[in-house]
Amino acid sequence: MKHFRGFVIKEFYHIFRDKRTLAILFVMPIVQMLLFGYVVTNEIKDAKIGILDHSQDVVTRKITDKLASSGYFIITKVLTNETEIEDCFRTGSVKEVVVFEPDFAVKLEREKKASIHLIADASDANTANLIVNYTSAIVNDYVTKENKTVTTPMQIGIESRMLYNEELKGVYMFVPGTMALILVLISALLTSVSIVREKELGTMEILLASPLRPLQIIIGKVMPYAVLSFVNVITILLLSNSIFGLPIQGSVALLLLESMLFIILSLSLGIFISTSTNSQQTAMMISMMGLMLPAIILSGFIYPVENMPMILQWVCHINPSTYFIIIVKNIMLKGLGFMSVWKETLVLCGMVVFFITMSVRKFKIRLE
Amino acid sequence: MQTVVVDNLSKSYKQAVALKNITFEVDAGEIFGFIGPDGAGKTSLFRILVTLLLPTEGTATVLGYDVVKEYKKIRNKVGYMPGKFSLYQDLTVEENLNFFATIFSTSIEENYHLIKDIYCQIEPFKKRRAGALSGGMKQKLALSCALIHKPEVLFLDEPTTGVDAVSRKEFWGMLKSLKHSGITIIVSTPYMDEASLCDRVALIQNGNILKINKPDVITTTFEKKILAIRSSDMHKLLSDLNSFEACDSAFLFGQTIHYTAKQNNLVMPELQNYLTGLNHQQVEINPIEANIEDCFMSLMNQAS
Amino acid sequence: MSERETIITVNHLVKKFSSFIANNDLNFEVYKGEIFGFLGANGAGKTTAIKILCGLSKPTSGEATIAGFDVYTQKDDIKNSIGYMSQKFSLYEDLTVTENIRFFAGIYGMTRKDIKIKTQQLLAKLELEDSAKKLIKDLPLGWRQKLAFSIAIVHSPKIVFLDEPTGGVDPITRRQFWNQIYEAAAEGVTVFVTTHYMDEAEYCDRVSIMVDGRIAALDTPQKLKETFEADSMNEVFIKLARNATYNE
Repeated sequence: MKHFRGFVIKEFYHIFRDKRTLAILFVMPIVQMLLFGYVVTNEIKDAKIGILDHSQDVVTRKITDKLASSGYFIITKVLTNETEIEDCFRTGSVKEVVVFEPDFAVKLEREKKASIHLIADASDANTANLIVNYTSAIVNDYVTKENKTVTTPMQIGIESRMLYNEELKGVYMFVPGTMALILVLISALLTSVSIVREKELGTMEILLASPLRPLQIIIGKVMPYAVLSFVNVITILLLSNSIFGLPIQGSVALLLLESMLFIILSLSLGIFISTSTNSQQTAMMISMMGLMLPAIILSGFIYPVENMPMILQWVCHINPSTYFIIIVKNIMLKGLGFMSVWKETLVLCGMVVFFITMSVRKFKIRLE
Repeated sequence: MQTVVVDNLSKSYKQAVALKNITFEVDAGEIFGFIGPDGAGKTSLFRILVTLLLPTEGTATVLGYDVVKEYKKIRNKVGYMPGKFSLYQDLTVEENLNFFATIFSTSIEENYHLIKDIYCQIEPFKKRRAGALSGGMKQKLALSCALIHKPEVLFLDEPTTGVDAVSRKEFWGMLKSLKHSGITIIVSTPYMDEASLCDRVALIQNGNILKINKPDVITTTFEKKILAIRSSDMHKLLSDLNSFEACDSAFLFGQTIHYTAKQNNLVMPELQNYLTGLNHQQVEINPIEANIEDCFMSLMNQAS
Repeated sequence: MSERETIITVNHLVKKFSSFIANNDLNFEVYKGEIFGFLGANGAGKTTAIKILCGLSKPTSGEATIAGFDVYTQKDDIKNSIGYMSQKFSLYEDLTVTENIRFFAGIYGMTRKDIKIKTQQLLAKLELEDSAKKLIKDLPLGWRQKLAFSIAIVHSPKIVFLDEPTGGVDPITRRQFWNQIYEAAAEGVTVFVTTHYMDEAEYCDRVSIMVDGRIAALDTPQKLKETFEADSMNEVFIKLARNATYNE
């Protein structure tokens, strides 16, 4: 155990003394989050919306005022019937139309239940999603405040519809996608490079000729990266929450566990790469081309998998990032539990077993 | 007791043959040197002995353990310094040493006495990164790292290559004192002049061992007689000697040319006349003892 | 000797890296066609000085001219008048012998016809005709070094810099290599060479020995041995370098 500790300490020295590694570890995740976040999102400010109020009562007016005074929205259109909605979107004069059902206040009073339809222009999927979320939040805020004064709580059902992009593909994917990308980068790329560097330097020769077992060498090398990757997961989640207002809908513990699983998978990929090459450059190229690019392009991060040609879809299905992104999306965005992601989790577990077995087989106790 | 026993060992890679049927033994407590140029097979041999490579054919044991089957036992008991000084450039002198101590489950304090003489020379720089050390200091640190776990055998692959003459001299001094503490030292070098510092040497070339013996035995039993010749124009002298009918070989050796004759009959007056006839001034011809390099080159020529 | 044509002139040359002085007031001249040995312990400042002389790095202060060109302002002219070969980088291992010759001759602007002629001459001289189409990595080290030297002077430079050209080479090839050096010098090429083999220092016309960034001695091997009362250059070197302070 003592020599293992010494090994890990040494590895941390390497990391903290190399400016490039440090930058990749700590600056890159933040930069990527901000980059992807801001490229895909625009802060909601003065978004133009339309109101179609079939009820025209106290409550609907109150909610409308609340929307208008929030600072996020400007009500530019007041519609009178459903047919106008399409036109508004066509001309691009609004991003969202808020539809109050008839007898809104009355229903709320009697049945303690009323509903609002939010129709958004999802051709800019991300903005649409943000606007809908903001609107919902404002409505919910209204409900919570009102409920404090009454005995039986009321509910406003919010139904949203995304025009032009019903399933909201690509929206909010930047968080799961960035997580996948950063974990692949740190866990796979940095570990493979750092193991191969020892080969280049010749120190691997000494390590191998020492009583250390191959497994000890591997674990000693990847342990720091596992820890730092985990720190990064937390950083990303905090950032996405504080800057982009993205809450974690599902279980945080489950999300962290799944992330850990993905980290272990990426590490085993990194180890696998390092056993197949003797030069840092090659290791970097393989990691970049073989892991990072697919993590960005062939994972559903940016382009929806369903729209790809069949061959690329297959590639997506052997790409670990694809599964991780689905898992994160389900837990974080949809608030679903383990039952919704067990299949993907199983696939990732299978991959971990596969790559670790392969690496242990390939990692030689000798030089050739 | 033999520390290393190698029997008919061969090593071939996909394209090249690195070692051809070599056999030798190293006695406990001696400094055994492999002398030969790059590509002679020294590194392959060392890697096989420290269990990093598998031999293609033949057997080898270190401290009685088989290099293939009992590699784990060997790894605990040998110290190895690979060809390049394999140190972590971004760690300090002390951190490097500490690291190599911990992977062998020991500490600097525990075995300080072993490395004291060597390490004390670089200790003033212990907070300096290894990458910023001079070649000689790196070499000392690498040796300290290879010694820190108290190995019984030390394998040093070209420890003096690329190091200046002063550091080389110091380094051999250190090896001498290590020998006194009972460690068997197996060392390789491309510098022929370092042969005399070993107890026994193996001259190695193209995967073959040309000769194994004590360095002075190798030189004194050298069958050819050698003349050291000089004149005022060394370059012309060399080409003139090479075109001399009885000449077997003529090689520059520092300030003289070492000359051997065919059939080994050195006729000095004849040679003297030949050279003066060619207008050489200040011709000096002296019979000398062969050195290791003479032997090596002669053996090389015989082998090819 | 002063009437001999000088090809390298170095005056009060200083090179500093922040607080560390790598070259401290170097002064020397190298004559045309001589074999100039440039010795020094590791870290004495040899590499720094060679880089300046090859036009790869600017001195902090002082003057240096190479083949009449100034190291501050005429770097490109310098590069055209020199050849360079080191133990570490010499030839492209994944190119054949002819391809290497063609490439290096090409970057010095030789015409295609000249290159063709030179290639033939070179292959004939080195007895490499049969290996012309072989990859460099399949050649024995000794041959590679000999070929690398020939290529370093393929464009008939005025000066050739050789940085430890014979490291690790077998003793016979090492001597053949020195024969090449002699031949080049006889044809008027100035040879500026570093080595760790002290017997090779004896083969130089003049030898300078650097210690701690300064030139501690410069003379013919014979004179150096007399001055330092030593039997060999090895002794001279050790006497001088032992006093180094290693204060890098």
